[in-house]
Amino acid sequence: MKAFMPIAVVVALLAAVPFVTASNVVLNFLVVALLTALVGQGWNLLGGYGGQYSFGHAAFFGTGAYATAILQVRYGVNAWLGFAVGIAAGAAVGAVIGGLSFRSGLKGSYFALVTLAFAEVLRIVASVAPITGAGVGTLIKLDLRPEALQFQSRVPFYWIILGLVAVSLVIMRMIEDSRFGAYLVALRENEDAAGALGVNTTLVKLAAMTVSAAIAAAGGCFYAQYFLFIDAGIAYGPWISIAALLAPIVGGAGTVFGPLLGALVVKTLGEATKLVAVDAPGLDLVIYGCVLILIVAFAPSGIAGLLRKAWQRITAPKSLQPEQSHG
Amino acid sequence: MSRPYWSVSRRRFLQSTGLGAVAVTGLVNAPVVSRAQAAAVKVGVLHPVSGALSYSGQQGRLGATMAIDEINAAGGIKALGGAKIEAVLGDAQSTPEGGNAEVEKMNSAEVAAIVGGYASAICLAASQTAARYDLPYIIDVGVVDSIVTRGLKNTFRFGPGFGVIAKTALDNLVSINDQAGKVAKTAVIVHEDSAFGSGLAKLLNAQLPDRGFQVLATIPHPTPTRDFNNVVLQIKAQNPDLVIPANYYNEYVLLARTMQQQHVRPKGIYSVLGGAASSYKFVKEFPEAAQYIMDCNHWFDPKNPKAIELKKKVEGKGEFFTYEVYMNYSCVLLLADALERAASADRAKITAALESSTFAGHVMPYGPTKFVNGQNQGAAPVNTQVLGNDIQVILPAAFASAKPVFPMPPA
Amino acid sequence: MLSPAILVPAVLNGLMTGAVYALIALGLTLIYGVLHIINFAHGALLTAAMFAAFFAYKVLGLDPYLAATPLTVLFFGLGYALQRFVIGPAGHGDDRNILLVTLGLAIVIENALLVAFRGDTRTINLPYAFDVIEVGTAFLAVPRVVAFAVVILVTLALWLFMRLTDTGKAIRAVAKEKFGAELSGIDVGHIYAVTFGLGTACVAVAACLLIPSYYVNPTAGNAFVLIAFTIVVLGGMGSVAGALIAGLFVGVVESLSGLYLGESLGQIGIFVMFILVLLLRPSGLFGERA
Repeated sequence: MKAFMPIAVVVALLAAVPFVTASNVVLNFLVVALLTALVGQGWNLLGGYGGQYSFGHAAFFGTGAYATAILQVRYGVNAWLGFAVGIAAGAAVGAVIGGLSFRSGLKGSYFALVTLAFAEVLRIVASVAPITGAGVGTLIKLDLRPEALQFQSRVPFYWIILGLVAVSLVIMRMIEDSRFGAYLVALRENEDAAGALGVNTTLVKLAAMTVSAAIAAAGGCFYAQYFLFIDAGIAYGPWISIAALLAPIVGGAGTVFGPLLGALVVKTLGEATKLVAVDAPGLDLVIYGCVLILIVAFAPSGIAGLLRKAWQRITAPKSLQPEQSHG
Repeated sequence: MSRPYWSVSRRRFLQSTGLGAVAVTGLVNAPVVSRAQAAAVKVGVLHPVSGALSYSGQQGRLGATMAIDEINAAGGIKALGGAKIEAVLGDAQSTPEGGNAEVEKMNSAEVAAIVGGYASAICLAASQTAARYDLPYIIDVGVVDSIVTRGLKNTFRFGPGFGVIAKTALDNLVSINDQAGKVAKTAVIVHEDSAFGSGLAKLLNAQLPDRGFQVLATIPHPTPTRDFNNVVLQIKAQNPDLVIPANYYNEYVLLARTMQQQHVRPKGIYSVLGGAASSYKFVKEFPEAAQYIMDCNHWFDPKNPKAIELKKKVEGKGEFFTYEVYMNYSCVLLLADALERAASADRAKITAALESSTFAGHVMPYGPTKFVNGQNQGAAPVNTQVLGNDIQVILPAAFASAKPVFPMPPA
Repeated sequence: MLSPAILVPAVLNGLMTGAVYALIALGLTLIYGVLHIINFAHGALLTAAMFAAFFAYKVLGLDPYLAATPLTVLFFGLGYALQRFVIGPAGHGDDRNILLVTLGLAIVIENALLVAFRGDTRTINLPYAFDVIEVGTAFLAVPRVVAFAVVILVTLALWLFMRLTDTGKAIRAVAKEKFGAELSGIDVGHIYAVTFGLGTACVAVAACLLIPSYYVNPTAGNAFVLIAFTIVVLGGMGSVAGALIAGLFVGVVESLSGLYLGESLGQIGIFVMFILVLLLRPSGLFGERA
């Protein structure tokens, strides 16, 4: 239970936010940040812990979003059920893409680019297929009832996404402590050696990918319920694939809190730079990009790495522990 | 939609105690305004000024801010003691999430209403968020029909939607074709594959056969498309009487240039909501490729002196007089009129004033305003044609400044 | 759709479009082959080069084909500086971090262009832009034919450079075995920067070839990035010849699948082919093992 204390503390702190402020600006900001953290956590499992970088997590996000949206709009399925089906659908897509890719032995940049290609294929298909509404997209009817997973106020949405993020944190912590997690990290560090030691690397990678996809798909389902409109570019576009890797890497890939930290930092940075540049569109993003580069330059193990180093310096200055190599 | 119970409406409280309109909580705090001067009315101006749609967003913002400046210079909102309009600018960053976040901020800054959005996806998200706060939202351009069929009381679209545009385009096409002796029988539709292009193509495909035209091919393409040579090859192979494009500026430019290169010259190029077909920028930069192109699109009233004056002003600033400019300009004027009639910056009163609006002081060829379910009934596109080095209105007759030239003369 | 009257021009179109794609991919493949980084800033650099070509014409009156030489030198320098002073130091040699740095650079460059030049789409109208060469039923636009020829020449020149010059050999040495190269006295940091510079220079040439027929705005280069990545992998990361052949191939595939499936769905042709090649032959057509 001790292992889960930090998670409990963080989640409790975040859960207190709606009692401290009534500002919908803050709540909306946090909802979007937590959504990014969730999808990033999915990426983190496969990329941070497993070392398999994916450039196409949009494939899972979008599948979750479209699955739940289409089920509600075209087949009248209940939103909560649709949400669950969306997660399953995303996981299935993850298993398929993972199965194909890992069985062919794709690694490193080749794996990354093949995931990108899969996401693009899905995007193109979604932009012409009649069932997704093709170019016009899918609009979920406004129906502000809890049964339809829509709420008048932002707060229930906030609880839901926080809950999902909490679950993902717990899952990550459990994996970290488990044998599966050990296999995953082993194959990240040296796949051949891990294989030689008897780890079924393909199966481990596939399992990681499936769970990773499920988490990302949950993010997609949530997006659909929160914004009520998706089209091919929103569901399967590069923007979410990039966000999915940006947050964990900035926050610290291969750590439990990395994606959450990274998402908060990156989103806060985005909002802060907006304040600077009202009259010169684009200037805020120039500053954002520069700060991003600086963060990477000065925090090579991510924010989590920075915090860990600071903590080590505070708690055990004469520690005999070797410097942790960043994963 | 009622406010959530934990949101204390301090604004109402303060107003009732006569301290004037003061912004409360949120992340943006406005300064307290003394009672000697009428408090400014804040209006949200939301456009995608960065990202893929930045040009259109910036033009939209230009139109809106020019209108605000004009109103303020003429003494502000008289019914509110000469209160000036204060623009709260927002950048939607060309995404629905961006638009959504900006609406939250604008609401927190206590705007009385929001104008803008431009892209349909952004408009959908932003107007929906605004609806949570009963915040009146005037759509500047977004044409998908679903914008006004969601039953949202706060959403008003001043310009026309798809259905009206497609119908007008077809009516006018038939009219032009009939006048020319029914020379055109076949058509090829080239459209971009997102909401606007696909939606329009669907309607056209459904209705063209009923009007006596045969659609030989419907060619969708992505935005962006890097090369149109194959599209033009297909057009050439089909040899249609008419080419009907529906796409954004960049793709339209490439298409038109490629058609010129490949010597493809149908009897007419009849664009619907063409990105460049009725753009002064296009005519100026590609005079040959632009000749005789017809468009059914948003356009100002060429017989309205206010419109001409605005055109001079905009061109004087070195900008092109594009539809985003005058549509946003008109939307702000519409809002100002509602503010006058409501004599209040209260959102509910503004919404009511908009619902009952008969505003005719705009620069569009719409006649007096009338909203039914949030859609301005008088809104309609007009037909233009590039003749000489200028864009003339050819239909409807009431606003026409030239007769259509159809079929296109040989090169 | 099957008639030669359409097929032949479509294939020719595909070859010409593919040539430009190949040149853009060439820059990317060099950078990947040597530095092992996926350069997310490639599209933004292409956009910057296109703006440069645009202004060279508008302000200095320089025809794009003439501007290509000074611009190539300029952008080589820019690329060199970026790698030497930004990407190298900030990346700390870690793949993930380098990825983020190039991503950050892409954001900075694209938005700096937006701030400087606004979102307007710009085009130039050259007197020969509408000239065509007739080959059977096909009308081949002169700028595109010129582009095709130039790309072949540039690829050949680059290939010879890599084979015959000392720097070229050093680059290939570093690509194959970094530590060994270092031990033999090669300044790896310098070679990295030279390679990045070469990659950026390729993009500058591509920009000059594109600007007579295409347009430029702050997001214009992004349209070419995904397809460039596809070509890099297909041709084998780091292979100059591979980039050219894969580029032409992809151009033709895009063209034909556009004809048969429509331009929108047709885009799938490229990616499906890409996936199939990777699943069946993971090192690409000419590449070495990943």
